[in-house]
Amino acid sequence: MTLRLEERDEARLAGLEGPAQQMASRVVTRLAAAMGADVLIDITGAHIDSCLYHGQAVLDFANRLADDGARVVVPTTLNVSSLDLLHPEHARGDPEEARLSRRLMERFEEMGCRPTWTCAPYQLEVRPGFGEQIAWAESNAIVFANSVLGARTNRYGDFADICCAVTGRAPAAGLHLDEHRRATLVIRLVGVSADLVERDVFYPVLGGLIGRLVGKAVPVIDGLEPGVSEDRLKALGAASASTGSVGMFHMVGSTPEAPTLEAALAGNEPVEEVTVTAADLRDARDRLSTTTDGDLRTVSLGTPHYSVAEIGRLVDLLGDRRIDDGVAFFVSTGRDVLHEVELRGWADRLADAGVTVVTDTCTYFTPIIQDVTGTAMTDSAKWAYYAPGNLGLEVVFGSTEDCVESAMVGRVVRDEGIWADA
Amino acid sequence: MPEQGSTPLVLVAGTATGEVLRLDEPLSFWGGMETVGGRIIDQRHPQVGEIVTGRVLVMPFGRGSSSGSSVICEAVRAGTAPAAVLMAERDDIIALGAIAADEVYGLLMPVVVLPQEELDGLQDGAVVTVEVDGTVGAPGGAHNPA
Repeated sequence: MTLRLEERDEARLAGLEGPAQQMASRVVTRLAAAMGADVLIDITGAHIDSCLYHGQAVLDFANRLADDGARVVVPTTLNVSSLDLLHPEHARGDPEEARLSRRLMERFEEMGCRPTWTCAPYQLEVRPGFGEQIAWAESNAIVFANSVLGARTNRYGDFADICCAVTGRAPAAGLHLDEHRRATLVIRLVGVSADLVERDVFYPVLGGLIGRLVGKAVPVIDGLEPGVSEDRLKALGAASASTGSVGMFHMVGSTPEAPTLEAALAGNEPVEEVTVTAADLRDARDRLSTTTDGDLRTVSLGTPHYSVAEIGRLVDLLGDRRIDDGVAFFVSTGRDVLHEVELRGWADRLADAGVTVVTDTCTYFTPIIQDVTGTAMTDSAKWAYYAPGNLGLEVVFGSTEDCVESAMVGRVVRDEGIWADA
Repeated sequence: MPEQGSTPLVLVAGTATGEVLRLDEPLSFWGGMETVGGRIIDQRHPQVGEIVTGRVLVMPFGRGSSSGSSVICEAVRAGTAPAAVLMAERDDIIALGAIAADEVYGLLMPVVVLPQEELDGLQDGAVVTVEVDGTVGAPGGAHNPA
């Protein structure tokens, strides 16, 4: 397959629109050739993860584009960075690295990206519609965009995301195309209690299991009651994109390209059918923990960034109680969500309970947590998957309720009963 | 999907010579290698502790986070990257890291997809040359797998 370019692409490659367009076009076309795409398509939006500093190379790349005057040509949002700009007092990292991180962030703002600083751009007021072709980076955002919004993006990452945004073009490959979006694998639950399926904690655990089962295939989950909430689909997707490389899933009756099982499979027979039991889920839950108890020092919620509804649930769970003095309790969210939370008067309630709100970044890679010697607890499969390696701490995964109750008493307490067989 | 056919599929073109390092399992560069010393640090990888720097890396396919692109680009900049990467399947994360390193630093790390049987013929530790057209052979021009 050879890549066929349009005249406007050729003009950019020839440098007729300046050196920044030339370089960005060259990266997009070289990527397209490497992916085996035969044409480029227009995109209507982008979400950039290259703004997270991890080394000189990403800054050098951004400097080249920004120095040459690159501007994004589609609405473009920015992912989390390494800094909490609203709460700089949280920073415990190396000041020189913080300076380079800040510089990287500025370069993307200069290129016309919106300083949204969130890994959950689908929680912003304006988000992509069904069928829109976009170029999103950040694994949890990608799987949400494809699965829940029905927008179309490949799994973009560093360098590709900004080059697509600057050119407004993307390789016609992978999840941009119908044939790669249909499910090939059916997942069904057997012997899982109705009570567990009604709980938030079921969804990240199922997602973690699915990620390990399917790798990068597109699965369809059949047999759940229709209308599963966006927050639950978000937790499932984020988990599956952490333990595996899932870029899209379907859930019959809950995601837009799966009104029926047949629709999700696009009329084809599945390559594989997998049953998930309560025992499989207990095993998947256990794999998300590196320890079972220990001295609880930290609780971290909000990976991906908590929505307004999720913060509302946390406020309800906390009530008028106060977290144990020995436990640092964090919740990460976007600055736009925080604004809404403040308007509702919840920020004061969180502060009164002893909760620290983190914005613009996330606690699993940014040095914010003071005490990494003890046990940390989280309701996020993604945080549980990455934090032990990044931060060197022990983690216990639990429901949000488990996390709150444990924080009150300063030790790990989990409701084991909910995981029983049906 | 595995690539069919018997000709090399060049994802990023360049020339390189180095000792073959065969990886028994795919490596995620993000979280899997460090860029100061070029060492495999993924504790779950069977070849943890091996140095990839200057080696012609042979693995079935890539895996892991898309941040792997910037790890590869950073390793090429720092001079700790593999000499070349040879795989049986396309991988846009690895290709993109090599493309970015070429764009910013003018440094080329070839990335080539080869049929599995050709990869199987590359002995660990053998010195091979990767040509611009993706053929792999003994240094000095013979285009046969080592």
